[in-house]
Amino acid sequence: MTAALQSGARTRRRAVGAWATIGLFMLPALSLYVLFVLLPIAQAVRFSFFKWNGLAPLTEFVGLANYERALADPVFIGAVSHNVLIVVLSLALQIPFALGLALMLNRRFRGRAALRLVFFAPYVIAEVITGVVWSLLLQPGGLAEGALEAFGLGSLYHPWLADPSTVMLALFVIISWKYFGFHMILLLAGLQGIPRELDEAAAMDGASRRQAIRYVTLPLLGPTLRVSVFLSIIGALQLFDLVWVTTGGGPVNASNTMATYMFDWGFRRFQLGYGSAVAVILFILALVVALAYQRFVMRRDIEGAVTIYGG
Amino acid sequence: MSTTRRSQRLEAEPLRRGLAAVARYGLLLSVAAIIIIPVGYAVIGGFKDSAQLTTDPIGLPNPWVTSNYTDVLASDSFWRQLLNSVLIAAMSTFLVALFSALAAFVFARRVFPGREVLFTLFTLGLLFPAAVAILPLFILVRDLGLYDNPLGIALPEAAFGLPLTILVLRPFFHSIPTELEDAASIDGCGQFGFFWRVLLPLSRPALATVALLAIVFSWNQFLLPLVMLSSEANWTLPLGVTNYSTQFTTDTARILAYTTLALIPALIFYVFAERQLVGGLTSGAVKG
Repeated sequence: MTAALQSGARTRRRAVGAWATIGLFMLPALSLYVLFVLLPIAQAVRFSFFKWNGLAPLTEFVGLANYERALADPVFIGAVSHNVLIVVLSLALQIPFALGLALMLNRRFRGRAALRLVFFAPYVIAEVITGVVWSLLLQPGGLAEGALEAFGLGSLYHPWLADPSTVMLALFVIISWKYFGFHMILLLAGLQGIPRELDEAAAMDGASRRQAIRYVTLPLLGPTLRVSVFLSIIGALQLFDLVWVTTGGGPVNASNTMATYMFDWGFRRFQLGYGSAVAVILFILALVVALAYQRFVMRRDIEGAVTIYGG
Repeated sequence: MSTTRRSQRLEAEPLRRGLAAVARYGLLLSVAAIIIIPVGYAVIGGFKDSAQLTTDPIGLPNPWVTSNYTDVLASDSFWRQLLNSVLIAAMSTFLVALFSALAAFVFARRVFPGREVLFTLFTLGLLFPAAVAILPLFILVRDLGLYDNPLGIALPEAAFGLPLTILVLRPFFHSIPTELEDAASIDGCGQFGFFWRVLLPLSRPALATVALLAIVFSWNQFLLPLVMLSSEANWTLPLGVTNYSTQFTTDTARILAYTTLALIPALIFYVFAERQLVGGLTSGAVKG
């Protein structure tokens, strides 16, 4: 009887102890997350209803005026369209390009590891360094012009970053240079998760390599491809560093993104209320896209993931 | 009949394969060239003077000018920025790894109501870019008295790194057998003792991976330092590079030298850490 009593007390003590542990282990991460991630986002929503310079007391409530102003500003709409353009170009060109390279690197041949090392390297090169080097390379008198002249193609040179009609395409090239290796690595890992026997079986059944890719590899690569597409969309909507360093959003707003537009109004012109409204619009857009994408495209993968984590 | 067709195809195969290999190498090497050329341009351009750069942007330096590099290396500001970058990366990496490991431990090994909701709340953070929160974050950091202080960058960096780190660590911690925990408990090891002395040492590969990701994230971070730091003594390397490039707009060679030197630590790091980085990124993404 005493033994039973003792063990009952021990279980109770252990239950209390378990809760205390959970609390204590969770506390540091949770408080940091709430303080520096969730609270600021909630604050952004609050600030967005005020006209505020960041210093005076927060008193001038303006309701939805900041939102109306942003949505009526052609410069902001232009910025949104630039984000959308980068999303479309990334999905249409950058990801297929990364996929093509991943398929090539998924076979054994000499120099494969070295090529992988080179392709993925821009991932660790800071956006700032990428932006500075590329803008010097593309400026008049830079490497691009010199190289074209050396091949007798000097007339093809154009100050792409300084021309409003070409600046977004030039930026897209720089963005792809920085990020295609990242997507290639993701896709390569996905490919390596597909059993080789499947390819061999397809070949045995008379499928050409092209058919094997189309009907065996790509469907099985689906989950990885969807993650890659997802990260690409979210990244393109949040684009800031590279654009800010390379063009500052110019010339004449031709390369503004939502984030550079927000930064400009918030920190250059000190209209923090208005800047916050822009940030909230960006946030809502990203969230809607992400939720819709997860709901309609990634649902099956997520279910798989939950069983992995929950299991 | 089908066998003869097949043998014909097999005869044509070596040639076709040879051509395909040549095409493949050609394509792969040109992509590699596109990656290497801008970096090479920066490295070699740093050895020219501005006159050389404008008259001959593509050739090798003649003569090789070392003063751009030696000037940067002799300047206090470059070394201070390097030190600041290292310091901030070390702080934020330590914080994010420790805090995430603690949280991932209970997410992986304890059952409690609301666990999945809380976990989802953390993973949703993958969608919250620092850019969205940067204005209120600036106000918050200012109010906390951390403006122009390395902690004002390291803390938000660690906070924004939590989602990915927890996501990577959780399944890893989950895979460590329960028997080990029972054995540790029988040997009189408390929960924290198990976490610290058994779980963390066993999880060294996963911890190394998340630490490397956190270092890259912090090292390249531009927006937070741009907003949170004012005095030059506190600048990080990315701020130094942008400032240098606006300060010496006409002296391209100097900017290239500075940029190259700022890039070297990351490249050295990359050569040693590539395998682990690749492993970490793919373990998180392929499953999720």
